[in-house]
Amino acid sequence: MGIYILKRIVSLLPVLFVVSVVIFGIVHLTPGDPASYMLGEEASPEQVNELREELGLNDPIPVQYLNWLGGVVQGDFGDSYFMNQSVLDAIFSHIGPTLSLAIVAEIIALSISIPIGIVAAIKRGTATDQSVMVVSLMGMAIPSFLLALFLALIFGVQLGWLPVAGYQPLSNGLWNHLQYLILPAISLGAIQAALIARMTRASMLEVLNTDYIKMARSKGMKERTVIYSHALKNAFLPILTVIGATFGALVTGAVVTETIFNIPGIGQLIINSIERRDYTIIQGIVLFVTLIYVTINLIIDLLYGFIDPRVRLDSK
Amino acid sequence: MSTTSLSNIRKELKKEQRSLLLKRFLSNKLLLTGSVIMLFVVGIALIGPFFLSYTPYQMVVENRLSPPSAEHLLGTDNFGRDLFSRVVYGAQISLGVGLAVAVITSVIGLVIGLLASYYKTLDHILMRICDGLMAIPGILFAIALMAALGPQTQNVIIALSIVFTPHIARVVRSKALSIREETYVEAMRAQGASPLRIIFLHIAPNTISPLVVQATFIFADSIITEAALSFLGAGVPTPDPSWGNILYDGKLVIFNAWWMTVFPGIMIILAVIGLNFVGDGLRDMIDPHTKPRSKKKRPNLFRFNFQKARG
Amino acid sequence: MTTELLNVEQLRTHFYTEKGTVTAVDDVSFTIHEGEIVGLVGESGCGKSVTSQSIMRLYDEYMVEYEGKIEFNGDNLLNYPIKKMQKIRGDAISMIFQDPLSSLNPVFTIGKQIAEPLMLHHKKSKKEAYERAVELLALTGIPSPEKRVHEYPHQLSGGMRQRAMIAVTLACEPKLLIADEPTTALDVTIQAQILNLMRDLNKKLQMGIIFITHDLGVVAELCDRVMVMYLGQIVEEADVKTLFEQPLHPYTRGLIKSIPQMTGERKSELSVIKGNVPSLTNKPKGCRFSTRCEFADEKCIEEMPPLKTHSDTKKVRCWHYEEIIAREEGGHVHASST
Repeated sequence: MGIYILKRIVSLLPVLFVVSVVIFGIVHLTPGDPASYMLGEEASPEQVNELREELGLNDPIPVQYLNWLGGVVQGDFGDSYFMNQSVLDAIFSHIGPTLSLAIVAEIIALSISIPIGIVAAIKRGTATDQSVMVVSLMGMAIPSFLLALFLALIFGVQLGWLPVAGYQPLSNGLWNHLQYLILPAISLGAIQAALIARMTRASMLEVLNTDYIKMARSKGMKERTVIYSHALKNAFLPILTVIGATFGALVTGAVVTETIFNIPGIGQLIINSIERRDYTIIQGIVLFVTLIYVTINLIIDLLYGFIDPRVRLDSK
Repeated sequence: MSTTSLSNIRKELKKEQRSLLLKRFLSNKLLLTGSVIMLFVVGIALIGPFFLSYTPYQMVVENRLSPPSAEHLLGTDNFGRDLFSRVVYGAQISLGVGLAVAVITSVIGLVIGLLASYYKTLDHILMRICDGLMAIPGILFAIALMAALGPQTQNVIIALSIVFTPHIARVVRSKALSIREETYVEAMRAQGASPLRIIFLHIAPNTISPLVVQATFIFADSIITEAALSFLGAGVPTPDPSWGNILYDGKLVIFNAWWMTVFPGIMIILAVIGLNFVGDGLRDMIDPHTKPRSKKKRPNLFRFNFQKARG
Repeated sequence: MTTELLNVEQLRTHFYTEKGTVTAVDDVSFTIHEGEIVGLVGESGCGKSVTSQSIMRLYDEYMVEYEGKIEFNGDNLLNYPIKKMQKIRGDAISMIFQDPLSSLNPVFTIGKQIAEPLMLHHKKSKKEAYERAVELLALTGIPSPEKRVHEYPHQLSGGMRQRAMIAVTLACEPKLLIADEPTTALDVTIQAQILNLMRDLNKKLQMGIIFITHDLGVVAELCDRVMVMYLGQIVEEADVKTLFEQPLHPYTRGLIKSIPQMTGERKSELSVIKGNVPSLTNKPKGCRFSTRCEFADEKCIEEMPPLKTHSDTKKVRCWHYEEIIAREEGGHVHASST
């Protein structure tokens, strides 16, 4: 198992190298000089040059890259051009709402999709099953930011049930916190729910066809026991994988959804940074989220080895 | 005598093949539905302009935010521009960007995928680069590229092409790798055919069908991503209309003008669903093996394949 | 004879599929008595498993339709509501499946899987059920059962898994045990152990056993009576001795001839039945075996023969079996030397 983990991590290194080059490259594609942006139009060429020297912008590109990479490896993503703080501080001060949103969305997605997927699998081929399949396909095709706009329009504007914009931290009370998150979380969770429902259905169908389910029935088990105990426990392994994968997608999706609902998370930070041309922040966020993404995928890969009872027991 | 009958037979065969193809097309409900939807959407983009009485840029300030009426079929926007006109021209831009991205990624992805499948060392390098590019979440990558390139329509196309090319390259490569192993390719190599000839004349044609399917999905994903970018103000710049930046304006006035959100939204959904149906349908047609085997009492109207992970 | 346990009459099992209705079991009738071991033999796809699973009604009710009667202790099981059927399953009738690895749930311990039916049907407490599980494992000959009871299926060897599955099915001391190819997936030495075990259990517990297999050798060793199935129908029924001594149906004769013989001179090649089993969707109109039978004539192709009673213990579904026997007796030397 240890060797397996090590292998997986080593195989990630070239990927991470490419990611770092690309992300570093994006900033250096930028036409214009960050030093002159930072100092404004009145700055003298001497001042600009001084700042360029200070920021290391006069070094050759490979040296700049290595300096930057060295910092990143040590957890230093650089400093914001405009805000008086480091990139990581900026990210951490905005990550809370984003994570909150992603988690609420995941909870909503799970509580809808898994029961629906199970029912569709049990009633396979029926009208119920087909409508689940069609609705989930629609769910997968509707972009989450559009769904967000429509939900805001219906429940926020027309019905006035929930606030359309804003955010309250959890410390202001659970309901205050949640009511701002419900609409964005639903719109964000819908695609994931569709995916998970389809996976649950597929996985349950596969398990329901196995001999041990037939065996369980031949023992006289009630249908409910067969499905929720014998089948679900086996079907859950692949479902869990999808859940992990969708959580990664939720964090990215949150970026767009946040701007619709004015939630002060990473998404808003990156949009504001585009307007301010604060490239180090953009670079930092893309790198940070990519790392989260890669890490989650790595964890899922490893979990897959652990979760399966056969593997789990063998490793004892 | 014999040549005429032979050509007649050939004609007959072609006719038969065509009618068979038509039958397969008509029996493929996904493909049929998707094509009808796309025909509608593309029709709006191409024929729509002939029925317009306003240009998408014409502002009538006293007519700001008027709801749908006989005068303005879909109402007007916050500058008093005719929304119908903006949605129609927006369709041209949004579909145009999507199509351009699909075509560009197909061409570049095809070349990369084919070369990677044939040359081992190149394969390692190209695929690691693809892995790296695919590891960066698509929308964020696009945002970062747009921030660097600046908000212009052609930059949207460039950014999305960079984001989506690896997906095509992957599909082409895996198909090409399996073709490479076929006996007839081995035989040609043994006969001393040049690698480029083998790649482009014999392997390439076989990769076209999975490529077209993948390109259809990328078409759809590009429309979504372009809309998201424009919606965030990092895509197609105003005053040019795209479905995404109409939504951006609509969001500012969401309390007063529902029509500015609903109509471009519906267009996006139609285009995306239409393209996804076409893609799924094409895949079913090309590769019937992926159809799930099922023992069902009722015939299945919609047999969707789960495996199609998005993007 | 002893009392009737199970009486199947004119059972037909139809499946709804995309290509239309398929009849996998077609007019099957037989009786099982208490304490009797009856073999059900045939090539794969002949409907043996469907027959057995129809008795348990294990198919999804919406994709299958049963016709005829399955009387168990005098009640027609096909009339039972599903709840009542569930009470019978695993209690009075239970079933052993072919592959013990895929038939035991990989995420539950052996103990839980044995205890489950006990807790369900006999309302035993968890502790009692687990104690009984240990006894049952011991009964099936698994060493150190008190340890095995807490293990998962994959931790047992193939033979032990099959013993564990037998323990599961014996938990509630069923009156009728349906064993669907229980030895097919096992090594030969373990096969013999399992067969011995089943014979012992049959004597100890006086239960009726339907033993499904495609292996006539196993039948000869274990069963009292045999039914031979072909393409959804029973083509011959006889007690074991007479079946092997004088097979009546051409299909049975083919099956018996295809068994390798250990005694006597080694033949140059084994005889095989010509051709393949036709598919269920494309069944011959007359006798089901007519497409492969060397004796088939017009009548066989056109008309389906009935299951005729030849003697007390023998039934056969063939138009020409008497002629065939007559010819056989005439040229006896010839038949046994080819």
